[in-house]
Amino acid sequence: MKFGVIVFPGSNCDHDAYHALKHEHGIDTTFIWHKDTELGNVDGVIIPGGFSYGDYLRSGAIARFSPVMNAVAGFSAKGGPVLGICNGFQILLEAQLLPGTMMANEQLRFTCKFIHLVCQNRNTPFTAEIPADRILSIPVAHGEGNYYADDDLLKKLEDRGQIVLRYCNEKGEFTPASNPNGSTGNIAGICNDKGNVVGMMPHPERAVEENLGSADGRYFFESALAHIASAT
Amino acid sequence: MRFSEPEVTLELAREHGLTDEEFDKICDYLGRTPTFTELGVYSVMWSEHCSYKNSIAVLKTLPRTGPTLLVGAGEENAGLVDIGDGLACAFKIESHNHPSAVEPYQGAATGVGGIHRDIFTMGARPIASLNSLRFGSMSEPRVRYLVDGVVRGIADYGNSFGVPMVGGEVCFDKSYEGNPLVNAMSVGIVKHGETASAIAEGVGNPVIIVGASTGRDGIHGATFASEEISEASEAKRPSVQVGDPFTEKLLLEATLEALKTGAVVGIQDMGAAGISCSSSEMSAKSGTGMRLDLDKVPLREEDMSAYEILLSESQERMLIVAQKGREQEVMDVFDKWDLNAVVIGEVVDTGRVAYLRDGTVKADIPAHSLVLGGGAPVYIRETQKPEYLERTGTTDMSPYIDVDDMEGAMLKLLESPNIASKRWVYEQYDHMVRTNTVVGPGPSDAGVVRIKGTKKALAVATDCNGRYVYLNPRKGGQIAVAEAARNVVCSGAKPMAITNCLNFGNPYKPEVYWTFREAVGGMGDACEVFETPVTGGNVSFYNENPQGAVFPTPVIGMLGLIDDYEKHTTRAGFRDEGDEILYVGAARIGIDGSEYLSFIHGVTAGDAPDLDLAFEAKLQSAVLDVIRKGWIASAHDLSDGGLAVALMEKAIFSGLGARVALELPGQSTTEQLFSEAQSGILLSVAPQNLELVQEALSGLEIPVYHLGTVAGQHLIVEGFADIHVEAMRKIYEGVLPEALSQTQTV
Repeated sequence: MKFGVIVFPGSNCDHDAYHALKHEHGIDTTFIWHKDTELGNVDGVIIPGGFSYGDYLRSGAIARFSPVMNAVAGFSAKGGPVLGICNGFQILLEAQLLPGTMMANEQLRFTCKFIHLVCQNRNTPFTAEIPADRILSIPVAHGEGNYYADDDLLKKLEDRGQIVLRYCNEKGEFTPASNPNGSTGNIAGICNDKGNVVGMMPHPERAVEENLGSADGRYFFESALAHIASAT
Repeated sequence: MRFSEPEVTLELAREHGLTDEEFDKICDYLGRTPTFTELGVYSVMWSEHCSYKNSIAVLKTLPRTGPTLLVGAGEENAGLVDIGDGLACAFKIESHNHPSAVEPYQGAATGVGGIHRDIFTMGARPIASLNSLRFGSMSEPRVRYLVDGVVRGIADYGNSFGVPMVGGEVCFDKSYEGNPLVNAMSVGIVKHGETASAIAEGVGNPVIIVGASTGRDGIHGATFASEEISEASEAKRPSVQVGDPFTEKLLLEATLEALKTGAVVGIQDMGAAGISCSSSEMSAKSGTGMRLDLDKVPLREEDMSAYEILLSESQERMLIVAQKGREQEVMDVFDKWDLNAVVIGEVVDTGRVAYLRDGTVKADIPAHSLVLGGGAPVYIRETQKPEYLERTGTTDMSPYIDVDDMEGAMLKLLESPNIASKRWVYEQYDHMVRTNTVVGPGPSDAGVVRIKGTKKALAVATDCNGRYVYLNPRKGGQIAVAEAARNVVCSGAKPMAITNCLNFGNPYKPEVYWTFREAVGGMGDACEVFETPVTGGNVSFYNENPQGAVFPTPVIGMLGLIDDYEKHTTRAGFRDEGDEILYVGAARIGIDGSEYLSFIHGVTAGDAPDLDLAFEAKLQSAVLDVIRKGWIASAHDLSDGGLAVALMEKAIFSGLGARVALELPGQSTTEQLFSEAQSGILLSVAPQNLELVQEALSGLEIPVYHLGTVAGQHLIVEGFADIHVEAMRKIYEGVLPEALSQTQTV
């Protein structure tokens, strides 16, 4: 079993994803350079956080044109598991591998802090091992995490169970105060139709050790491990 | 001819900020009148910012050696400290005050970029950053604009660059109005034997410029930083550089990768004075010279003159000397990262730096004559003890000692922006990226960053109380070091070494220079006692507004080492209900210079708070010892707001209340609660460890007082206060968001 972590110029959570996969979960992991046109022999892909190409235009708007993104699209079309974290989520939106748009945080400031989340779809390769009703504590760190979906899209996402994660308070309630960026319906993460491509703003790779504040992020990587093990 | 140059006269030299004597000296060095380009190069290299001409003689009095120092102060771009496991830590703090005063966003952003470059040019990967910020009163719209811009600038640059911001300070006082202090610190890690050096050895070796193209931004930035801010400063906005964190991130990765090829002989980042500075310093250090063809420098604007190219402070650039024949290996790495890498000349044995434009030599200067430690001027300025010290030092404190409403005074202090939560600031910074942040900014005395692959962590803090230094420069300098050391000790670390950023007024004013010399002397006293040598840093003079100099502010950046972070990392907030609360340390005597006196009574007076350096060192070592034994649940040092604020913070950070009785040997309840006398630490310990800690500390003749117990949801100071933790938290968290919600562009 092998995971690939895509490296764009400006990615800065690539090493964190690598560390979480390889050293914390013992998964064989490799970096994939954005100029590569093939992913190589990997069973899963992480598009990490950061500021690809500086994100001076719109987050992810340039990264989607990197050669590696064609390979990612091909991999996901075949059902390969892809997780976009933060900038990775933004890139997946720009690449139209996930629906919807990302806007600047409602408060127009970058925000970095621990937030609470609940998982609403445990049928994806990255969420199956999250205990039901568990309120997760995982950090966010972004300036553009205000996910926007219009009413039609929102209904579609809800009907099809594509809303994977929502921000909540410590009691699990979806309050405005628990929404760190103003995103529609407190949405923190979504998946595609088939469920194999997941994008999320919070950083599970930053929450894999109690020493650093939380280990709730481990569920995402344990889910991926179990998923790939059962598929092969 | 494309670039004709004006005739150089004494008048023109004066306009460049050079004195008549300095102009004569330049003519002596050259044996002729300088060309216009040469005049420009000398003016920036001999500016205060680059030459340290008015500070170096005083700085040399600081203790700069120690068994763990791998590189001494001033030898390289930053100090280098051995931290064991085959690793070394490179760290440094630097100011970007003047640029931030006129253009807060870019000024602060490029301050962050510049200090990181100092670290990775040594081959070290930055793993943490801190910043120490000082502003005027937030009631002023201009100040709110500066706070907003500076914080955004630091956030946008640092977040994109991908280094966690783990600590620092934000202080407010009207003395900083119009001249904010923006000091940025970077901390990096490098393996022994993989460090890079800023040298230009090997005649014939190619000189390569890498990174961003060179533009017209930041020309005379170093000179601008070496004069007072005034009404006219607004026109100096073009002297402020523009930052590009994306390019810096690429430059970081490419530089570290290029160093791994083994084909790099020497490397230096370009900050102040751009190509002039890097080429002349590298040459002077190696006793060589360089001949550089400026036509080959990648430019943003084609028609730039030699003068402009040499003085440009465009960011995100480096100068590399490569092994002849292996330059392509180096250039290939930069090409992979889509960065410029162009050979612009070679190392020569003339001892001179020569710069060509359009095939003509525009400047030809002995490298040695330009640099600090070489031919740059060194001045010892006139000193005079400021008169105000007579007044402040004899102020009668008795009217401020008796307070009827202790609870009211405690709650009021939480409203001081110097004490209130800085969450509004630090949540805009990514403080977790790279997943090493064990303790981030906010509820802690120091930031703690672990080093993957080892059990170790670094505890880092910045500290200075400008008011103390104003009231007693020598003692204030001592306290800055003592507090910074106490901060890292309270986090479970042994203080290792310091970097400093000395923010003062105009050195040509004898009062300012006296204060500078005294404060540096005080820092030196403390560094000797704590065995924390000075590894380097930065001096920023000319921090003045029309009302006079800012508070003298020698900011200390302290590096501490935690041997086993899983076991020894200690936090400030209470840990468990039922834990016993101990005050350890010196008597709480005197309210001189306190936040209580300043914020509640509007008085800045008295001496600096009491400090006995020898006792302080003994206290710190004893507390570190009991922390390492595993007996301590939490530790918080007493600083601004004294015992009252330390208690309230311990409660707010943890959400746990406490019941305590005031039985300290202070002269009054007011002093017990609000004195900022040094050498005080508030501990909490599990009940079974109480006697162990009491015996261990008493055995060392360190006073220990059992104040009470962690319990409930109220902070109860028997006979004086009973406050719900949530009520304190609301005030503490509300101050900055409320003041800064009115931010607008001014």
